Amino acid sequence: MSPAVGAVSIAGIELEHPVLNGSGTFDAIAARRAFGEALLDDFPFAAFVSKTITLEPRAGNPPPRLYETPAGMINSIGLPNKGLAGFLEHDLPQLAELGVPLIVSVMATSAEEFSRLVAAVAEREEVAALELNVSCPNVHSGLIVGERPEETRALLEALRPLSAKPLIVKLTPNVAAPAEIAVAAEEGGADAVSLVNTLKALAIDAATGEPWLGAGRGGLSGAAIRAVALAQVSDVAAAVSIPVIGMGGIASGRHAAAFIAAGATAIAVGTESFRDPRAGARIRDELAELSVAAAP
Amino acid sequence: MSATPAPSPPQGQEIERVTAPFGRRLCDVAANRASGGYRVFSLLDGEGPEPAAGQFYMLSAASRWDSDGERPYLPRAFSFAACEALGGARRLDFLVEAVGPGTERLAALAKGEQVWVTGPLGRPFAPPGALVDGAAGAILVGGGIGVAPLAVWAEALRRAGVPTRVLLGFRDRNHSGGLALFSCSEVRLASEDGHAGHRGYVTDLLGVLLEGDDIGTAPVYACGPPAMLEAVRAMCAERGVVCELAMESPMACGYGACFGCAVPLAAGGYMRLCVDGPVVRGDQIQTALVAGTGHR
Repeated sequence: MSPAVGAVSIAGIELEHPVLNGSGTFDAIAARRAFGEALLDDFPFAAFVSKTITLEPRAGNPPPRLYETPAGMINSIGLPNKGLAGFLEHDLPQLAELGVPLIVSVMATSAEEFSRLVAAVAEREEVAALELNVSCPNVHSGLIVGERPEETRALLEALRPLSAKPLIVKLTPNVAAPAEIAVAAEEGGADAVSLVNTLKALAIDAATGEPWLGAGRGGLSGAAIRAVALAQVSDVAAAVSIPVIGMGGIASGRHAAAFIAAGATAIAVGTESFRDPRAGARIRDELAELSVAAAP
Repeated sequence: MSATPAPSPPQGQEIERVTAPFGRRLCDVAANRASGGYRVFSLLDGEGPEPAAGQFYMLSAASRWDSDGERPYLPRAFSFAACEALGGARRLDFLVEAVGPGTERLAALAKGEQVWVTGPLGRPFAPPGALVDGAAGAILVGGGIGVAPLAVWAEALRRAGVPTRVLLGFRDRNHSGGLALFSCSEVRLASEDGHAGHRGYVTDLLGVLLEGDDIGTAPVYACGPPAMLEAVRAMCAERGVVCELAMESPMACGYGACFGCAVPLAAGGYMRLCVDGPVVRGDQIQTALVAGTGHR
């Protein structure tokens, strides 16, 4: 079997190729300041996934926010963003100039807040789909929504009627059985799932015995998590019939092909974009070459 | 003393920056020589534009970087210490002290090896006239390895005919390898061990200078260790002198993607040093003591 490459469709969104960015790993507006219009001439991603937005603006976590590890990094950024109003007014019009479908990532701490976000974002014509960041506690139950099948299902059931636009659930890897959460998301009405988010991680300053990062714990990403992510993508893809967007340490066309072979319809690049700003375009091209080589 | 506060500078001015080619490119290592206890390595950049003083590059060696799953994994941010046109290309010099796995690898670069380069990136130094109405000169304050971008800026100011006073401080002879970057003779020195110039801190020299009756007509530009930058920021704030600080912070990407390089703003919240800096106005930030620079 040759891996699927070229144009793909995720929940009705037509993508020219299967490479997206992971939410929060590429700021197209900042990248345009750094690289100018050259960014748009060969935009690396077939759809752009925004950084997670919340109802109110957030400053983010106190530094240090990063810690390099062997083959990866731990981050604890804290979802800094302009809030819903700031995003809709300032960022969305600029993101619409990218020329690719926009997927807006949203996070809230209750179904009510999520509903307000989803309704306000989904009604904007620039938005093709929404990604739900469920790696956050529900203020009512105190539970991390994405760690509980029943919480995930209930959230989707509350949000599903609000919009006909595709809802993608971003799954956390910090559970024993991500497939159970994925199935619950599908049952609740999700159109696709994406995984993995970062793996819970900790760095300690040996000199002080204190956590290195300003906010304590963080999330591990990069090459270090690729094998874990691949297993989870494989498990989830086997359990659901909705499309899976796979990610976790993908840094080459071969890595991407492995995720596609494991059942992903599309893949996303995250940490590798930090190392190589054009990584998405390179991986896209490498993947296309692999498919040519594999063609009969 | 009776100091006249500097006239109120223009607020929120976006200084013209040079944009980088999109992506990373391979550059040949042309040379690597000792400079005191530091190394100066030169890269041949055939593709990038002429950078502006204060801008930086993200660098990673093309080999023995992220090999065997070990650190270094992420590229490292470096201000350039010199830039010279060389035929159709340009030679970029970088001053490096081996203090961690990334800098150790870069310090060991041999002629003929290659380096992945992204840049130039970030906000450069603002001309004195953009900071102080009717500016009559400039004061440069550098410490340790941080003198590198000031050497470039000193040369640019000299060519522009701006009267410039340069104050440099070094811990000891072994850490004074940046001095050789300065061609002008108008440099006043401080050293903590007293091997050259004033025995003490470079901020002692700045203190004397700021007692002069011409303060307020020349902005201060500083680059050096966080404690030195914080002292400069506080001294300038106290006397109403406009200053720009070239700072550093842990950084994964260099172009606004990772949100790791957070520096606390005076007005609350954070800036991303990579896209809103690395050169920042002293009155913009809460402190120049950035957490997290100890893990290199």
